[in-house]
Amino acid sequence: MTIGLGHYLAVGAILFTLGTLGIFLNRKNIIIILMSVELILLAVNINLVAFSTFLGDIVGQVFTLLVLTVAAAEAAIGLAILVVYFRNRGSIAVEDVNLMKG
Amino acid sequence: MILPALFFYLFAGVCVASAAMVISSRNPVHSVLFLILAFVNAAGLFILMGAEFLAMILIVVYVGAVAVLFLFVIMMLDVDFAELREGFLEYLPFGLVIAAIFLLELLLVVGGWTLNPTVTKSITAAIPGDVSNTEALGLVLYTKYIHYFQLAGMVLLVAMIGAIVLTLRHRAGVKRQDINVQNARTPEMAMSVRQVASGQGLQDADQAEWVK
Repeated sequence: MTIGLGHYLAVGAILFTLGTLGIFLNRKNIIIILMSVELILLAVNINLVAFSTFLGDIVGQVFTLLVLTVAAAEAAIGLAILVVYFRNRGSIAVEDVNLMKG
Repeated sequence: MILPALFFYLFAGVCVASAAMVISSRNPVHSVLFLILAFVNAAGLFILMGAEFLAMILIVVYVGAVAVLFLFVIMMLDVDFAELREGFLEYLPFGLVIAAIFLLELLLVVGGWTLNPTVTKSITAAIPGDVSNTEALGLVLYTKYIHYFQLAGMVLLVAMIGAIVLTLRHRAGVKRQDINVQNARTPEMAMSVRQVASGQGLQDADQAEWVK
């Protein structure tokens, strides 16, 4: 009953899938979409740390640190944009985001 | 031997279950709280893998900063979240099919895959056995990867400045103290000597001009 690399990779895969499924299901709610992106990045981090541990290479953990940094920055910027958008339009529904007619 | 396996299944199970609750919860506040639970359990998984420093960073940065930021924003915005939830059931079957296929593919890859035996030759920086995880991380992060480290700091700086620039607003009509203007005031700007005829007083228009 040894827990190997495959177990952790499976957890990472399930978390990643849940993250993508969250983007599918909550297409109108951008806050849940941002949280799903956080879940996806968490899955990536679990994969990186698992490989780092089981290969005995510390660089994976360094990369995890960098991914954490980018995830924090992304959440801060994303939520700031969300707040500004809500101030301007009074709504955060994704389908209302059509100012640029894109 | 049984204890680490038991804890692995505990952490992994709670992590996956709370991740499922994040995307399916009705109330976004509950979503954030489940996100926190998922992060804490992922930190437990990191500890099981021997990455204690990252586990602590995960709790401090994610639970302490990012999740609380989400909570702030959700509570600050006056949004009808029930309306945003429309279409959930509509997308559910399609999304489940896509997710099932995707997960099956990923698990097939994970299950039917072995490490190349020569992979140990390509290790960049081996984990030293005699120091703690934090020290081992610091030994490479501040030497080999110093530029990446500084770039990460720049990313955070840009994010901080960007968030401030985006959300800061100067509302018109709000009286604020401006120290520079106060210090630059001279007697000539603040006072004026008028010759007023006795019993007459200053006119209103005059007042508006010198009361600045």
